Amino acid sequence: MRVMAQMAMVMNLDKCIGCHTCSVTCKQAWTNRAGTEYVWFNNVETRPGLGYPRTYEDQDEWQGGWIRKPNGRLALKAGGRVKKLLSIFSNPKLPSIDDYYEPWTYDYETLTGSPQTDTFPVARPKSLISGKNMNVEWSANWDDDLGGSQEHAARDVMLKGIEDKVKLEFEQTFMFYLPRICEHCLNPSCAASCPSGAIYKREEDGIVLVDQDRCRGWRMCVSGCPYKKVYFNHKTGKAEKCTFCYPRVEVGIPTVCSETCVGRLRYIGLVLYDADKVLEAASIEDEHALYDAQRACFLDPHDPAVQRAAEQAGIPGDWIEAAKKSPVWALINTYEVALPLHPEYRTMPMVWYIPPLSPVVDVVRDTGEDAEDRGNLFAAIDTLRIPVEYLANLFTAGDPVPVDRVLKKLAAMRSYMRDINLGRDPDESIPAAVGMTGEQMYEMFRLLAIAKYAERYVIPAAHAEQAHALEELATDCPVSDYGGGQQDLFGEGSGYPTPVAVENFRMLQDRQTSDSIAAPDDKGSRVNLLNWDGKGTPDGLFPPREGGGRA
Amino acid sequence: MNVLLWVIVPYLCLAVFVVGHVWRYRYDKFGWTTRSSQLYEDRLLRLGSPLFHFGMLGVVGGHVIGLLVPRSWTEAVGIGDHLYHYVAVVGGLVAGAMALVGMAILIYRRRTVGPVFSATTRMDKVMYAFLAAAIVLGMWNTIAGSIFSLGGEYNYREGVSVWYRSFLAFQPDADLMADAPVGFQLHALVAFGLFALWPFTRLVHVFSAPVGYLTRPYIVYRSRDERALGSAAPRRGWDEVPR
Repeated sequence: MRVMAQMAMVMNLDKCIGCHTCSVTCKQAWTNRAGTEYVWFNNVETRPGLGYPRTYEDQDEWQGGWIRKPNGRLALKAGGRVKKLLSIFSNPKLPSIDDYYEPWTYDYETLTGSPQTDTFPVARPKSLISGKNMNVEWSANWDDDLGGSQEHAARDVMLKGIEDKVKLEFEQTFMFYLPRICEHCLNPSCAASCPSGAIYKREEDGIVLVDQDRCRGWRMCVSGCPYKKVYFNHKTGKAEKCTFCYPRVEVGIPTVCSETCVGRLRYIGLVLYDADKVLEAASIEDEHALYDAQRACFLDPHDPAVQRAAEQAGIPGDWIEAAKKSPVWALINTYEVALPLHPEYRTMPMVWYIPPLSPVVDVVRDTGEDAEDRGNLFAAIDTLRIPVEYLANLFTAGDPVPVDRVLKKLAAMRSYMRDINLGRDPDESIPAAVGMTGEQMYEMFRLLAIAKYAERYVIPAAHAEQAHALEELATDCPVSDYGGGQQDLFGEGSGYPTPVAVENFRMLQDRQTSDSIAAPDDKGSRVNLLNWDGKGTPDGLFPPREGGGRA
Repeated sequence: MNVLLWVIVPYLCLAVFVVGHVWRYRYDKFGWTTRSSQLYEDRLLRLGSPLFHFGMLGVVGGHVIGLLVPRSWTEAVGIGDHLYHYVAVVGGLVAGAMALVGMAILIYRRRTVGPVFSATTRMDKVMYAFLAAAIVLGMWNTIAGSIFSLGGEYNYREGVSVWYRSFLAFQPDADLMADAPVGFQLHALVAFGLFALWPFTRLVHVFSAPVGYLTRPYIVYRSRDERALGSAAPRRGWDEVPR
């Protein structure tokens, strides 16, 4: 047994209202730089829908993740090491910018600099890649709220096999939101695909990171990741990915996406797992068994034998305590309501989801029946095969049984808690019907519905004795030392390494006060309002005053 | 003049090449990348890039054999001049043509595809000029010298190669180069210019060829403690107090 700790996340999809606050705050924190305009470490997809980048789940096309070879061994779907090296000069499976979208800004100067006219001046969209005028045809959430779904959604890969049954007419379809970040997999295929060995999994907390100094821009990680959550920064020529906000997590505060989540649907906590079992679990033959196989890798932090082994593995005592209180462990293993996203990719993802009951509830309510009655809900789960099968395609490699079980638990919680909230005697047969006690059900309700901050986020800080080296405290690299100096000698971003927080601060400042769209100086003067925080007046924000001088 | 061209300049370029790489690696690991533009354009790159790179691998291999293996060695294993010549010309033409066609496609792409062109630095353009000149001159030498024998017979294995080995052994014999045809002289000079530029261009990615990938374990684990990530050590956290 080789005990390792993994920082993991669970998202409760029933509570997601699709407001994209997580995406926006993440973008402001991490990817508001030139070269990362199209990069969304966090994005929210409407399902059924195409996802971002479009149809990324079609692994016959993109060849991401792992496959099990006939001899039972695990192999990268895109081919082994030799094949990877031979195709290194032109990655055959790299999504092009059109599969994401061409990022743009608007030519605001025609508005601010327009003379008085009879007609309104128009700010045309300008590509942030070529700087030329462009037509906006797609973006990160173009099919938000099923927009244009009659045309697009039929191409949703997850509808395969049930396409004839699913109605995409607005009145008859179902829909929910799926927020996605990097899965910080136990068996990351991006790391395995990286020729330079620049992508690594941190031993302490399992966060998967790209070493920017070792990355050489071979782009194999982008194709290797089946979730397409590694992006290529086209300005620096390096791969970038979700960092699980490690500078925040190290000091015990949740990721930006979780902290700012309006629906309070994200849970962060530790999971202890047996690293020796991971490969075996990932190579299990039956895809439907992958969900259980992955859970079998997790170790019960309440088990004294596990605690001893964890201590021997050098996991600090307070981390083991945190693992015991971990909401992620509770949702995955105690209540068994969280499911992994696409276990069939065999990467052992560590951001799990509680599937939404709302498609079922909506249908029952629309028929005029009591949508909080256990009998009605259970019957609806049994009859409404389409949402269930769709969810199963997402979360259990197509096996509807675990999805059924989870939805019934959520339905039971709904009707059990209604009785309590209305002051009626709780009906103990309801939790019993899904194999739980009333007390357990109440605890689950507390965690899912009340969702106190301290219960959602149980994040042990990295250790004080390492604090001098931690990014956010940064006692050995003062902020005032950075910025300025020799930059851009060999292209944007070259030069001394800068702590992440400082780097973001400087870059944001630069962009807010710069008057070019995508950093290059020779692109003419233009203000990027997207990156202007309202403070100060960048050059070009107002037309020059008569007689010279800034407005 | 001979000493300047065939002793001083080559050693100067070699020194810049070596010191430049050490300096760049220490100073600018973050900028050490292929600067791929595949995200912008895929169709032309898919054709041009493998053609160019595999062609260049062949070209480099041919140069290693041609420059470093003395004539006496190949004769000792029974490879006569004629056979050697035949293999070298055919191999050189194939590899050179691949590199040349690939490069033409890539330069065309760089010039015509808007985003790729705007991502091109001044250093890239200078480097392209030297690289293209070196390849064209090399092809010219192969075609004009070895096939049509313009300007008389010249066996570079008796001239340029010997000079090159003497150069590497730090006992340069400038006269050998001075006697070589002008095509070879130009090719060598342009190549040395390219070597001097090398550390300051994207060509540094050649030295990152990820052969280690073949043997390393798939998943890399690293401890958070490893702070030696940066190319420069973090600077001290205090300012000197003027006394």
